[in-house]
Amino acid sequence: MNLFKRDTQIDFLGKRRIAFVVSLVLLLIAVGSLAVRGLNFGLDFTGGTLVEIGYQKPVSLDEVRSEIGDAGFTSAVVQHFGTAKDVLIRVPPEGATGQRVGDRILAAARGGDRQPELRRVEFVGPQVGDQLKEQGGLAMLYALAGILAYVAFRFEYRFALGAVAALVHDVTITLGFFSVTGVEFDLTVLAALLAVIGYSLNDTIVVFDRIRENFVRVRKGTPVDVANMSLNQTLSRTLMTSATTLLVVIALAVLGGELIRPFSEALLVGIGVGTYSSIFVASALALRLGVSKEDLIPPEKEGADQENHP
Amino acid sequence: MTNRYPLWKYLILAVVLVVGVIYALPNLFGSDPALQISTESGDPPAETVQQRVVDRIEGMGLAVKGTEVREGRFLVRLNNTEAQLAAKDELDVSLGPKYTVALNLAQSTPDWLRALGARPMFLGLDLRGGVHFLMEVDTDAAIQQHMDRYTNEFRKALREARVRYTDISEDGTSLRLGFDAAQEREQAFQVLSDDYRELEFTSDESDGQFWMRAKLPEKQVQEIVDFAVEQNITTLRNRVNELGVAEPVIQRQGRSRIVVQLPGVQDTARAKDILGATATLEFRPVDMDNFPYQGGADGPVPPGSEVYPRQDGGYVMLEDNAILTGEYITDAQSGLDQRTGQPEVTIRLNAAGGDLMTRFSAQHVNDYMAVLFIETQTVTQRVNGEVQRRQQTDRKVISVAQIQEQLGSRFRITGLGNPREARNLALLLRAGSLAAPLQIVEERTIGPSLGQENIDQGLAAVVVGFLLVVAFMALYYKVFGLIADVALLLNLVLIVAALSLLQATLTLPGIAGIVLTVGMAVDANVLIFERVREEIRAGASARTAIDSGYGKAFSTIADANITTLIAAIVLFAFGTGPVKGFAVTLSIGIVTSMFTAIMGTRGLVNLIYGARRKARLSI
Repeated sequence: MNLFKRDTQIDFLGKRRIAFVVSLVLLLIAVGSLAVRGLNFGLDFTGGTLVEIGYQKPVSLDEVRSEIGDAGFTSAVVQHFGTAKDVLIRVPPEGATGQRVGDRILAAARGGDRQPELRRVEFVGPQVGDQLKEQGGLAMLYALAGILAYVAFRFEYRFALGAVAALVHDVTITLGFFSVTGVEFDLTVLAALLAVIGYSLNDTIVVFDRIRENFVRVRKGTPVDVANMSLNQTLSRTLMTSATTLLVVIALAVLGGELIRPFSEALLVGIGVGTYSSIFVASALALRLGVSKEDLIPPEKEGADQENHP
Repeated sequence: MTNRYPLWKYLILAVVLVVGVIYALPNLFGSDPALQISTESGDPPAETVQQRVVDRIEGMGLAVKGTEVREGRFLVRLNNTEAQLAAKDELDVSLGPKYTVALNLAQSTPDWLRALGARPMFLGLDLRGGVHFLMEVDTDAAIQQHMDRYTNEFRKALREARVRYTDISEDGTSLRLGFDAAQEREQAFQVLSDDYRELEFTSDESDGQFWMRAKLPEKQVQEIVDFAVEQNITTLRNRVNELGVAEPVIQRQGRSRIVVQLPGVQDTARAKDILGATATLEFRPVDMDNFPYQGGADGPVPPGSEVYPRQDGGYVMLEDNAILTGEYITDAQSGLDQRTGQPEVTIRLNAAGGDLMTRFSAQHVNDYMAVLFIETQTVTQRVNGEVQRRQQTDRKVISVAQIQEQLGSRFRITGLGNPREARNLALLLRAGSLAAPLQIVEERTIGPSLGQENIDQGLAAVVVGFLLVVAFMALYYKVFGLIADVALLLNLVLIVAALSLLQATLTLPGIAGIVLTVGMAVDANVLIFERVREEIRAGASARTAIDSGYGKAFSTIADANITTLIAAIVLFAFGTGPVKGFAVTLSIGIVTSMFTAIMGTRGLVNLIYGARRKARLSI
């Protein structure tokens, strides 16, 4: 089976102006939303207490709210989680002091004749939250730096810059998605973002690898032509891998349950954007930075083939 | 150029396959909810007791799935967690305090597999339910305690040596003593420097005063911190045993934090009562000039004494100098006096504590002694965006008892109202033996039903994701797709085997990592197969197409995987808990997929097409 024409001849880089505008608009929306709305940080980062309770029957939020409010947790946020039988109660760190918040909330919700079941309690002290935030940011920077170094070593610094710029592009837009939709940003989402970095890079590397190979092999044609050719040659692979990865991520999003949903959503968006960026952003940037044939004469390892070329 | 693998490569593949299957296998057998019954001596319970346990459980109308003695413990397998909980409550009562009954998940791995060291993966708390605590040891308080001790000892030593000082104050990790004359300072130095070699003594003059500084060196501070953390871990371990938890995890994390994981614990409130009580205690002499104390909380108090509330109401006046503090206590047990049958608490002290107690009690027979319980709760608040911690200390007297004779390192407190009171006092005494206060900075509790749900949903996602990819690959690449599918299955087996071998903890994000790996692992094959197709399109023979397809794709695959591995390793280095689990499965998946997708598929391709001279590739 072939989903694509045997030899596609799509002028991807000819559309780089359009791609540039699209990326710019998306980035502006993302950055704007991040600046104005920020992220809806989850408990991991804000600190506080979260209690998930499962009732036998669907329960109205107002009832739970008043029960919790009577117990003194007036600043608690009460919402359904997944089904109408599940209730999530969040208390911000300012809303309660002491370390018994979870138990007290549970006791309050157990008032009356209902006997809800405790599903989970999470308490994160503010000092831990701040630390996790800091570590998360650092992790992102170190991952980017490590990748920059590796790609610069294996390819050329302009490729590395192109690749990392594409990663920043992907991560920013994914973060923007979380900001715009208000989906909770927790530790697992951070993990997903790093997986997106790995994935998007994977895609970009494959394209760069082919560009490098074609620069050496194909003698005529401008860098743009060579890059276009490479993108077309790797197109079916790029889309195939995106398809299989998206298949499993969709399975995860649909079947994996509520706890893992933000994680799956981050991956869905990230892989979509990552696929787009490895086609339209990374190579265009590398070319824009002036990568040319001469920069890619491979180092000594493949030097044996060099005799055939002028 | 030939498309045949030498025998040794097939052997490697076969060995990896067999080893992978063996070590992945235990996970298929699952585990049973079980009760684990152990004795204090570490010997398994006597056979009559074992029989009694089985009879009791069956008497409740619950089915016993099987019993066995393993590692000095008697294991009773039951059908479900409800039966497990009900049976535990029953046995707790009927077996009495000599036996510890703990909830456990007993593996059902057959013996021959266990003999090979094959064990199932360790399930994280988010999958099996339980409590996770991250506790912070208040190391500042531990250091402060030491400085207070130095202050007291210095005062005493100087007083006994009749050296006059004008001032003594603490400043972080150093003490400052003021003198009117250099000569006095010199005397003090002679008194102190020999006994306190661990301190760094310096001197200076200002404002007409002669100062002496005694500083605790950094190495010493580190030792105090280490000791405080280690002692807390030991105490926590004892307390966790009290809770009856099988397979608890109690580990140091970083400089001053301790992770406590209690799988299967349902009653988090009780767990926190026992673990989270951050308490110390002191034995203090009762002020005998004012005993029994008649006044209220703020009656007149002579210098050197203070009034404290009693737990059972009323007040008592105690002297300020403690006889000894909780850190000298090694154990406290409640029981019944063998002669009178009255409840009592037996306290054991370490050698130094025993000396202190002997010295004090010899001079104070017939006087009263009190146990002052000091509970420190740290209240964390965010004020104007800044994290602030405030210590809130409650002091109360939990016991007042007459010293009837000279006491040693082991003595009893009698005259307690009932066995329950005795038990509580023993518990508080043990709780108070912590050297430095602990504070829970993170808590995660997962109910058992949510844990099972997470397993079910995670498993469903893995299976469905896997089948979707398998179907897609088979459709798109036909025979080659099927070959990739076989490799993918092997990859899955290898990931599970590696996780089991490492006894890594499988968490929900870990499962997500496996799912993601399934999707991304075929990438290597997609790269190879697309290359092979290109070669065929370019007119290459089947043999050349396969060979150069694999050859050309290799460096791309390596580059792509190494960069992903970099991200995974960073994730591992910075992640905590569940995120680490994700990083581990992702990393393992990358390595195993390189092996299965390149070497595994090549082996199969060679088997199928390698021998044929003119093959048409089904790709």
